[in-house]
Amino acid sequence: MLHTVNKSPLQTRDLDSCLAHLGDGRLLLIEDGVYAALAAAPSASQLADAAAAGRVYALGPDMEARGLAADHLAANIQVVDYQGVVQLVIDHGPHQAWV
Amino acid sequence: MQFAILVNEAPYQHQASDSAYHFAKAALEMGHSVPRVFFYMDGVHNANRLQEPQQDDRNIVRRWSQLAEEHDVDLVVCVAAALRRGIKDEILAPGFRISGLGQLVEVGIQADRLVTFGD
Amino acid sequence: MFVNRKAPHGTIYALEALEVVLISAAFDQDVSLAFLDDGVLQLRQGQNANAIEMKNFAPTYRALEGYDIEKLYVERESLEERGMSSDDLVVPVEVVDRNRMSELMQGQDVIMSF
Repeated sequence: MLHTVNKSPLQTRDLDSCLAHLGDGRLLLIEDGVYAALAAAPSASQLADAAAAGRVYALGPDMEARGLAADHLAANIQVVDYQGVVQLVIDHGPHQAWV
Repeated sequence: MQFAILVNEAPYQHQASDSAYHFAKAALEMGHSVPRVFFYMDGVHNANRLQEPQQDDRNIVRRWSQLAEEHDVDLVVCVAAALRRGIKDEILAPGFRISGLGQLVEVGIQADRLVTFGD
Repeated sequence: MFVNRKAPHGTIYALEALEVVLISAAFDQDVSLAFLDDGVLQLRQGQNANAIEMKNFAPTYRALEGYDIEKLYVERESLEERGMSSDDLVVPVEVVDRNRMSELMQGQDVIMSF
């Protein structure tokens, strides 16, 4: 399954809930959700295991829009573009939006 | 592959309709199809052709219309959500049509994937 | 599966999710509803929205059975975090723990989240 989170983890608990149900699914951070990918955010440690397993992605265009460079990211988070998102939906669907 | 898309938020206030558009565009560029985008709740405001964004801003409504024309995407606006918000046939942008929630359920069943963009 | 994660009345999502569920009954699909996080509050007994002039749609969940929609899953942890149990709900449901809810989601063809 492909899960998306679009809120900052410092603003809502959507990321917590998503991670509690992630199982072996993939997590894609979009819109304000990309702030969860910051190495400095408390969420970094929550994401660490899934990221190490190669299951956490962040949307590059949304990172750039918010001034987040790749070197601000926690380890092992993969940056994708919109075509990468489409491929994730194909490879790992169905999609569950934690809106 | 066929992607159905659900948009639940109005343009400009929330990024959801931008994200949905960029996703649809990328899927089409990759040779996939987007048979239908369904606009629900405040998402119905995406269909209002009376919107005039400033010159230096993107025109979200026109962008949807162009996508529909170039790639035969069915842009469906939920009738109950639309009428509640004053979105009627006479102000629909090209490519949009008003119909029922059955259109959402139907495309969710028929398409390979349903992707949701909301708040 | 319809995933409900938002409280009723404060925003329209809960009500509109229910509208799609009712329509889906006509499509002869294996429909299930998941209630987790604030979504469990949609099923809370004793709701009365008369004073705010909004729709009292909680009783509609009881009508779902008549549409052959009988798979209502409610997450135990979400109930407990809100001081609730299955006794506080307007309709009989299957209470499942978080891991089971995660498994149920993974078994779906299509998910609509509100």
